[in-house]
This record gives sequence, C-alpha cells and structure tokens, in this order.
Amino acid sequence: MSSPTLTQLDALESEGIHIMREVAGEFERPVLLFSGGKDSIVMLHLARKAFWPSAVPFTLMHVDTGHNFPEVIEYRDRVVEQYGLRLVVASVQDAIDDGRVAERPDGSRNSLQTVPLLDGIIANKFDAVFGGGRRDEEKARAKERVFSLRDEFGQWDPRRQRPELWDLYNGRHKLGEHVRVFPLSNWTELDVWRYIERENIELPSIYYTHEREVFLRDGMWIAPGEWGGPKPSETLETRTVRYRTVGDMSCTGAVESSAATVPEVIAEVAASRLTERGATRADDRASEAAMEDRKREGYF
Amino acid sequence: MLPILEEHVPVTEHATRDLLRLATAGSVDDGKSTLIGRLLYDTKSVLADQLSAVEAATAARGGGQVDLALLTDGLRAEREQGITIDVAYRYFSTATRAFVLADTPGHVQYTRNMVTGASTAELAIVLVDARKGVLEQTRRHATITALLRVPHVVLAVNKMDLVDFDEPTFRAIAEEFTAYAAGLGISDVVAVPLSALAGDNVVDRSTRTPWYDGPTLLEHLERVEVGRDAQIEAFRFPVQVVIRPRTPEHPDYRGYAGRVASGVVKVGDEVTVLPSGKTSFVVGIDTFDGPLQEAHAPQSVTLRLADDVDVARGDVLVPTGSGVTVGSDLEGTICWLAEKRSVLGARLLVRVGTRTVRALLREVNARLDVDTLTVDAWDGVDTLHAVDATDTSSDIPPRSLGLNAIGRVKIRLAESVVLDDYATHRRTGGFLLVDPADGTTLAAGMIGPTLLDRIAPTGSSADDQDWLAGAGI
Repeated sequence: MSSPTLTQLDALESEGIHIMREVAGEFERPVLLFSGGKDSIVMLHLARKAFWPSAVPFTLMHVDTGHNFPEVIEYRDRVVEQYGLRLVVASVQDAIDDGRVAERPDGSRNSLQTVPLLDGIIANKFDAVFGGGRRDEEKARAKERVFSLRDEFGQWDPRRQRPELWDLYNGRHKLGEHVRVFPLSNWTELDVWRYIERENIELPSIYYTHEREVFLRDGMWIAPGEWGGPKPSETLETRTVRYRTVGDMSCTGAVESSAATVPEVIAEVAASRLTERGATRADDRASEAAMEDRKREGYF
Repeated sequence: MLPILEEHVPVTEHATRDLLRLATAGSVDDGKSTLIGRLLYDTKSVLADQLSAVEAATAARGGGQVDLALLTDGLRAEREQGITIDVAYRYFSTATRAFVLADTPGHVQYTRNMVTGASTAELAIVLVDARKGVLEQTRRHATITALLRVPHVVLAVNKMDLVDFDEPTFRAIAEEFTAYAAGLGISDVVAVPLSALAGDNVVDRSTRTPWYDGPTLLEHLERVEVGRDAQIEAFRFPVQVVIRPRTPEHPDYRGYAGRVASGVVKVGDEVTVLPSGKTSFVVGIDTFDGPLQEAHAPQSVTLRLADDVDVARGDVLVPTGSGVTVGSDLEGTICWLAEKRSVLGARLLVRVGTRTVRALLREVNARLDVDTLTVDAWDGVDTLHAVDATDTSSDIPPRSLGLNAIGRVKIRLAESVVLDDYATHRRTGGFLLVDPADGTTLAAGMIGPTLLDRIAPTGSSADDQDWLAGAGI
C-alpha cells in the first residue's frame, strides 16, 4: 500500500497547522501579531484551518506606528469583523505621548515598535507570540528556532535557545518570559506567494499595481505624509507601483511594478530575487526590498 | 538530464512539487560551505542582495572566482562573540522538489548539532575530501546518521579536481565507506564524485568523470523517495487539541486534532486510545477544506470517533489490536544536549509525542565514545534500588553524561505512555528530557534498542538479538 507524498505546499501547511495546535495545547494566552502584511495574513489563514470548525483561539495584536496605509487598516478591521476575532492595538503614538519612547529625527517609527510590542505582551500577559518570520529572510535568521524563548525584556539570548528535534517543540518558560513562535519558518517568500495563489487569499490592495504619488529617497519610492517629505530637494511624481511589504508608511518603499495579479507578482518576485549565473551586479530594487524586509525584523 | 530550474517553470507546475528535508555532515575543510553555496547558486536560490554581498566580499579580497562558501558564512560574528554555533537552515528548490537543508557545523559541538539536524532529515550528505578519504570524523558522521536512523545517505567525495578525477581513488573511498555504513545498518548509500568549487557533478554533469554513470548530487536529491518510511509504519496519531466549537452551527461537534505521525487512517477504522485502552471507530476525518476518506503521514487533520470516549491532549490513537507497548519504564539511548551534566536520580520531565510526564533518571549503563566509536558499558547503578545514588564511595563510580555524550539509560515515568521503539517508529519513538526548573531541553532520546545495542548488546537473550536484526539496526 502506498499513499501519495504530500506536495511541498501541503507539507508546509501541515507543519504550520501542527505548530499552531501545539501552541494552543501548551500555552495559556497566545497572541498572533497581525500587521495586515502577507505573512501575518497567511498565519491567520493557517489558524483558521487548524481549529475549524472552532473559531481561531488567538487574540490578534497590531503594533500600530500611526503611519498606516489606510487600505491596510481597512483590511485589518474587516478581517477582525468577519471572523469574530479580538484585536489588541499596541500604539507607538501612545508610547510617544506617554514618553516611553521618543520620536526619531528622521520620523521613522519602525525601530520604535519594540517598546509598545513588549508593553502589549506584558499588559495582556501573552505567553506565546506568533510572528511571520521566515528563515530564508536573512543569514542570521537561518538559525532561529520555531519556538524562540524570550526573557522578561523580550530579548533573544542565543545561549538559551533550545535545540529542536523531530517535531517536539519545547515551550516551557518561566513567569514573565514568553515564547515567540514562527510557524512559517520553513517557507520562502515564493512559497508564501504560491500559497496565497493556491488558497485564493485576499491581500490589501497595495500589494498589487496602482498609481501613486511618490518621491524618491535612498533609492526607494516613498509616499508623502505628515511625517516628513517630500523635502524641497525631492520631487513628487505619479508612478505605477506596488508594495512588497507592509510597514510604517514613512519608510516602506514601493517598487515600480505593473503586477496586477498573484501570478504576475510571483513572476516578478522570482525574476527579481533570482540572479542569473555570472551576473556581476544585483538588481538595486531587489536589494532595497530585501533591506526593507530586514528592517522589519527590528519590529520582531 | 539536467534539473529544470525554478524560473523556467510555469507557476501551475509547482502544484505537484514535493519536499525533502536533508542534513549535511562535514567540516569546513571538506568544502561543506562551498558545496552548500554551490547548491544554492546553481539552483539559483540565492537572493540578489546576498549574492551582491558575496561578490563585494570576493572583490575586496582581490577578486577572482566568487567564493561560494561566503553564502553560508553567517557565523563569523557569532564565533567572535563566543556564541554557540549551531544548526542553520537553507532553502533551495528545483521544479520538482523543494529542499530544506539543515546545515550542521562540523567542528564545534558537532554531536549536538548533527543529532538535531539529523532528527528531521530523510537524507544525510556525508562529505569527504578525496585526498584524505574516510577519516575518523567521517565514521563519526556515519554513526550519528545511523543512530538517528536517517533513511538515505549520500557520500559526497569532494575535491575530485585535486586528485585528477581519478576513478580508482573514488572507488576505493566509496567501497570503504559503504562497507562501514553497512556495519552500522545503513543500507542506502549513494556515492558521488564531485568538485563543489568547480561545480562538477553537483548540479551540472561533469565532463571530467566520463567513467561515472551515476546521478549528479542534485539529480539524486530530486529522485530519492521521500516520506515513505512514515507511510509504511503503523498508524500513530498523537492528539494535540480537542476541537469543541459549541456553536449553534456545531453544537455537539467533538474532534481530535493532530498530525498523522505515521501510517494511514481511514474512515471506519477501529482505533484504540492510549494509554487508556478504550476503543472506538473513526467516523470522520475533517479538514477546513472538506472531509477526507483517509489521511496519511504527515497530514494535519481532525478525527471524529463513533463513541463519546475520553480523549485528551497527550493521548495517542493507534490501530486496535496491533500490540502497542504502553508502560512507565523507558529504556533507550539519549544524547545529552545541555551544559550541566546529568545527575542520577534527578527528577525530570519527559516529552514524548504530545505528552509531558514527570520522570526519574534511574540509570546510565553505557556510553558511546564518538571518537573511538566504541561503547563503554558497565553495570549501572539503579537509583530505584540504591541507597544513595550519589554515593561515590562505593566500588561502582556514579556515571553521568556531559554535553554531547551519548548514553544508554533507564527512566521511570510517573504515568504510562506509548513506548514505540525508535527503530520502527521514528516520529513517535523520539523523546526529550526537560529540566522542570527552567524548561531547558537537557537531552534527546530514542526509545528501545538503538545503534548502541548493536555495538554493545546488553545481557539480553538471543531472541532479542534476532529481533534487533529484524528491526534493521
């Protein structure tokens, strides 16, 4: 008797569901970090599958920089409503108003997200925190565990990380500590997109091509806003763009793209990330986008 | 035939692509980093920004051929900071298969890292330098591969360019290794002559080995059968959570969510809930995407049973009448993973399947020396019967295991659990030892007879030995 082997996407999905169920079985108060970005949307999709026909047993938390894409907030609120979820918003603006963090001179709030994130975890006594991090994102991340222990300060101590064997995840922690959980650890960016295509998952519209007024800064197309920009030296112009990541609007760059559908995005991602053998110079735009991916890691 | 690369394939064809998990064993000297870099580079799995960084680093050192080893070199900073270097995961893919590669460093803490990487691997690549042949460390890597029962092994005979692609050199190394591996119970060994630096027989077929008619490394990785072992093993289903929506739509729904660890389950199958021993029939296999008639490893599903039996997280569903061992005396082999040494009589936690139980480390009665590959066996002090297990004045010295030690142990559990032999159930026969005080993972273990027993049998009967042979270890 022989059964068919699972396809790659089925295997990744099964692994993600298994991880989510382990968290539900081992932790008291899990939370899923939900930015409205594609990775967090895929995580939520896995959570819906893992516990069907029960509702998703996790609270969502959004770390809100105050510089949001309106399309993403609209998407977030609609999803929360549709699936009857509970949403906690950890606000960077509140943290600034309380003096817990100080606004940076350049107006970027990406690096300010850590304090409200941790305050949100402590205030709500969350003990497991789902993040959409993937090991393919960066060399240092290649060694991250699926269950990653954090101390009272949310810090990652490489010496205390536990070896992970088979599919036995060890989530034991002391009071005040929490565990970050990465159910998409073994997915690549292309896997995420292919899964979005296969499952017909809706994303915020900014992931697809649209016309937008933008200005060029550090090689990235930035949308204008009250946080600064364009400066006198920067020119506002209308471009056909889309976003590869969803983050703080002041520092999330758009890429010029005409990709209007998931297959077109997949073709674009495949082409821009994979470099021809012998190529001497990597594509600047891909490089900047990858950099942006990494910046978002500070958030997590 | 050359592998078809990702970018040349229409999106829809990815629908049938499967997944292979593999581990590499070898040191930097064997060219392991270069080999992995070559696999990533030739399958075009390198991110553009990573590649430009490597090119810049190569140029800064005077240019020349791009140093592919730099692609996996994320560890220098850690080395400088004295942080534990451990398993890194790499991703590459072709049109027919995606690969998750556990890259385990060869020098530092190789045992802990290799055991971790090998635990989930279906294939291990053991590297040797063609100039040096099979070394002590090659035998070490083969031993751990055998201990963790990785089903497929590739012997990558690297640096063939430095021995002028000499066929007899390759044949001699391949034969020596295959014989050694067979002695460890490893039956599937494929040897490939290659040069990671120049790219011969890694992805592209070499014109410099006309005498070699076997597959290139990537061709073999694409062809090797995956997931078969978990599917031919008997059905096991560790329950993760009980699904009870209690909604108007599903007022009485009660399902048991989990992942099929091994084997196949069909609607209508009679199953036994362990450790309680109650039986029932599977009346539904549910998923978000609709019901199934059967499920196989490693699918995540939710099972519904005919009777309202008591089932909770930690229980295991097995085929009724299949003679599964349930007990509270665990004998097996552990690899110690923590800095602090094992203490006889210590009260620990054992995590097996989805169950965690209190446990007592009763006895350590043998230790595998991974340097000499011999087993040091002795009459263990059973702390259940000793007056004082830590009494060092007796004739028998207390034995403990330090970081990276592999030893045979007896453990008493506070409750009965399913005790599947690792030799026949790779997914449910593994366990963790956890420190109840701070949650540290102290050791990884394998239930039942393992490679240690093959090398140094306990005083068991001839029947047991026959059984060992039958189990393929």
